[in-house]
Amino acid sequence: MIHEPKVREVRGGSGGEEALAITLIGAWDIRSLERQARALQQTLRGSASARQVRWDLSRVQRLDHIGALLIWRAWGKKRPAQIELRPEHEIFFANLEGTGTLVSGRRRIDSFAPVRAIGQWILEAGEHVADIVRLLGQMLIDSVLLLRRPARGPWREISASVYRIGTQALGITAAVGFLIGIVLSYLSSEQLKAFGANVFIVNILGIGIIRELGPVICAVLVAGRSGSAITAQLGVMRVTEELDALAVMGIPYTVRLILPKVVALSIAMPLLILWTSGIALIGGAISANLQLGISVPQFLIGLPAAVPTVNLWLGVGKGVVFGALIALVACHFGLRIKPNTESLGAGTTNSVVTSITTVILADAVFAVLFNDVGISLL
Amino acid sequence: MQTPVTEPVTEAVIDPVIHPVIQIEGLWTQFDDLVVHRDLSMEVMTGEVVSLVGGSGSGKTTLMRQMLGLEMPTRGSVKIFGISLHDSPAHTLKKIRKRWGVLFQQGALYSALSVFDNIALALRELRVFDEGFIRDMVMLKLDMVGIERRHAGKMPADLSGGMVKRIALARALVLEPELVFLDEPTAGLDPDRSESFVRLIDSLHERLGFTVVMVTHDLDTLVSLSDKVAVLADQRVLVYAPLEAVVRVDHPFIRSFFLGDRGLRALSAAKEPAFAPALPGAVR
Repeated sequence: MIHEPKVREVRGGSGGEEALAITLIGAWDIRSLERQARALQQTLRGSASARQVRWDLSRVQRLDHIGALLIWRAWGKKRPAQIELRPEHEIFFANLEGTGTLVSGRRRIDSFAPVRAIGQWILEAGEHVADIVRLLGQMLIDSVLLLRRPARGPWREISASVYRIGTQALGITAAVGFLIGIVLSYLSSEQLKAFGANVFIVNILGIGIIRELGPVICAVLVAGRSGSAITAQLGVMRVTEELDALAVMGIPYTVRLILPKVVALSIAMPLLILWTSGIALIGGAISANLQLGISVPQFLIGLPAAVPTVNLWLGVGKGVVFGALIALVACHFGLRIKPNTESLGAGTTNSVVTSITTVILADAVFAVLFNDVGISLL
Repeated sequence: MQTPVTEPVTEAVIDPVIHPVIQIEGLWTQFDDLVVHRDLSMEVMTGEVVSLVGGSGSGKTTLMRQMLGLEMPTRGSVKIFGISLHDSPAHTLKKIRKRWGVLFQQGALYSALSVFDNIALALRELRVFDEGFIRDMVMLKLDMVGIERRHAGKMPADLSGGMVKRIALARALVLEPELVFLDEPTAGLDPDRSESFVRLIDSLHERLGFTVVMVTHDLDTLVSLSDKVAVLADQRVLVYAPLEAVVRVDHPFIRSFFLGDRGLRALSAAKEPAFAPALPGAVR
């Protein structure tokens, strides 16, 4: 029979001095203590504060380090003068004897922490930019080498990446594009109807989707879908030393892993953008038909007149730039991942956030540079 | 325990002396057409150190994962502390899980937590001990596995392989388990570290008396730690006996594993302690 852990106190006054005998009985191991550690701790503290105590532990049936530590802390982390202990339980207290001397250093409060953090952040941002520029340079050098000896290029990897990043994204980009087209068309037609300017729906959708929305929506989707995948993949390869394995085999990972991604994204993005814009326009045309009574053929005939062809080229050009940017940012963050789970998570998040931000920044640059190109005024 | 007790114990007997900690009965494991275990049975008694050995693909790791309840056998039962792992309610299983400790091959330290928090996690989960208690307990465990306290704040990524193993052992031992599983305890350690790790496990086992089940390829570890060796071959436990009896069995796997050059070297090097008769009254 194993008994519950209990504390028994016997008070006996002998010659003026109050003496207290404490007997611990039952099992003092984790299994029994789990339920009543708090209560026992209280009792022990109370008893131990008396001046003269005789401790009798000989009736403890089971003891482990948890139980011993509970008693040890009640003793104030030193052995009391009068103690009776089973020899086989001696070991637990012997193990504990060293831990009493632990000094826990209080952490100093750093009053300059915010300033330091800002500085750190700026330095880190600079480092990121420098790293990405270095990666871009490496990419250019690799491309030159590739053009000189095209037979040794990573064509297979490029093809696989185009398939993974482009072909497999057709469904999701189509769905999102279609819905955006419908929403945009629906909202604009409400306004246009008020002015009686129904036909201008073609101009709004044509310019808006082909020039701006198509590329940006597509870039956001691809950054979330493929950018994160690229970062995670490179990160895991770093963790499992696959990158080092490539390096020692004399295969530069920039050529084999990063260049294909950058090239593939630069090829797949413009195509995806054309696809997304096309589907969005179809969605818009259907919605315009329902809302404004402009038939789909009428919409399609009006489109070339309303939207100069240069807008299409602008959209495609944005695609190439956005694709390359997403790939570079994703690879950059993937290469910086350290071998732990937290870093992998943080790296992937940073990669997606940064690539979307970068894409929108680049889009703003495009808007400023090409502000008088392709917008015909009536 | 055979040590004389000074006062008569009124609270009756303490421990039922020896009972099986692990009971495996009629266990089958099948992956599609591949039968890994065919009607396998074995028992591990309290306080024993049992090594599982076998060629690659013999299902050592699978068997261990089945003992841990991480994988389901196709048929048969695995009982730990007399409780079936596969058809018990969740709260019973939770109790079992507090009574065992597992050392994974790569340590499996939570990489997002510091060394201290890794060890403290299980204690904190109990929600009965205050932080001061937990700190003392963690420090005690660090002392026990020979890790200096200044490493307590480090992250697992900054530690060497040997330290990861020691800290993982401390984490496995923090709830004072009665049963400890070791998956390749010395894999990936250099011979020196590996030897000191084996000594550490041995001394902890002697002091704390837990039962050990380990999977190992390392003959030195096997020879210096195990009371019994279970050889997995031909889809079953081929032999389950003390090492000196195992090496006498004539089977191609045993011949190549124990009686190859490496095996003989390990056996002869460890002849003294391993083949001495079991110490009388050893703490088990």
